Amino acid sequence: MERVGFTDPVLTARDAGLVGCRSCARAWPMGTEVCPNCGARVQSRSRRSLQRVWAWWLAGLICYVPANIYPMLETRTLVHTESATIVGGAVDLAAHGAYGIALIILVASVVIPVGKFVSIAFLALSVGRISRTSPEARHGVHEIVEYIGRWSMIDVFVVAILSSLVQLNAVAAIQPGPASLAFALSVIFTMLSAQAFDPRMIWDGIEDQKAGHL
Amino acid sequence: MVDTSRLDDLIVCTECDALYRVRQPERGQVAVCARCHTVLAAPRAKAALQIVALAVATLILIVGAAVFPFLRIEVGGVANAASVLDISYAFFDGFLTVLVIATMSMILAIPALRTGLIIYVLAPFIVDKPALPGARAAFRVAQQLRPWAMAEIFAIGCAVSLVKIADLAQVTFGPAFWMFAVLTVLIVIQQKFMCSWSVWNALASQTPS
Ligand SMILES: [Zn+2]
Ligand SMILES: [Zn+2]
Repeated sequence: MERVGFTDPVLTARDAGLVGCRSCARAWPMGTEVCPNCGARVQSRSRRSLQRVWAWWLAGLICYVPANIYPMLETRTLVHTESATIVGGAVDLAAHGAYGIALIILVASVVIPVGKFVSIAFLALSVGRISRTSPEARHGVHEIVEYIGRWSMIDVFVVAILSSLVQLNAVAAIQPGPASLAFALSVIFTMLSAQAFDPRMIWDGIEDQKAGHL
Repeated sequence: MVDTSRLDDLIVCTECDALYRVRQPERGQVAVCARCHTVLAAPRAKAALQIVALAVATLILIVGAAVFPFLRIEVGGVANAASVLDISYAFFDGFLTVLVIATMSMILAIPALRTGLIIYVLAPFIVDKPALPGARAAFRVAQQLRPWAMAEIFAIGCAVSLVKIADLAQVTFGPAFWMFAVLTVLIVIQQKFMCSWSVWNALASQTPS
């Protein structure tokens, strides 16, 4: 691909008075609202997008609290009934010697969600400010958040699998606990939050800074 | 300064807004954004045929993965095998309905819909026919659904579940587990072949919307 005008720093669509379509990568005159090529809504930049990021972020965080307090699974056997939270379940697994699986659950259900909340907040806060973190690094954070965030659903699927599989009449039965729903919603809301973030804003102002305007 | 009168010649990086003039990359070459390294275009020869073939195989596997059991459990003479459809019977009441719908959509409905849309968009190109009506909207939706198709995550979930209850009961993988495993590989290969820039180009050169 040839760069337009061969300018250094990079010329953006916005600088050229154009708006880029984030669905099909075509350029249109500024002010175009719907991409004539693919039909997607186009916007040069949207300050409102940050509000959506924060709204989904908060909804995700609110759901993440009950997801950790309430039981994820309720196991009923002949002798006793027990329920386990996300962290409790992982601790049980580790106590039984299944360290690998305990680690997968902990990473998918605790490390990734918490990492996501922190990363999205960091990205949203750094927009429009002079950040000490390079745009390349912040772009990398956004890519990782978008790529890895969905893997948190693994714990919800495990609950669904176990509760449909372990239905052995009197011998043993597993039921999903209320935390499973809260956790699923939390993952969905944080995915929506990450998608609402406009990564082009990471790069805005960079050129101005380089050129000494800021 | 910049000739923006011919917008057809321009391509914008969807991640960082950098503007480029299109120069058709050689087959097999990859055009990457100089600033954020997002792949802008990666055309391949015969990609449409390969992608459609993979998509058809994927659709068949999705149907199989839904009806065959993915895990089988046996403890003290009592046995049970669960398929994805069993998940919906197992807890289809109260607040869990939401959970069932979300799970079913992410592991079956959305992957199937996405695959069907891709076939709808690309199949005409194989036989040199004009694109079908609504092809652009179909491809746009297919792209937007991508993060929500989670069949591969479910496959890993099966493996985790097996280990989780392995010391309580005898658990074995059913045919659907292997279908999900193959499905995962097919989806990854399909995404490697897919160059959305080439598809949009093909769609733009064909139908006047
Ligand atoms: Zn478009
Ligand atoms: Zn870029």
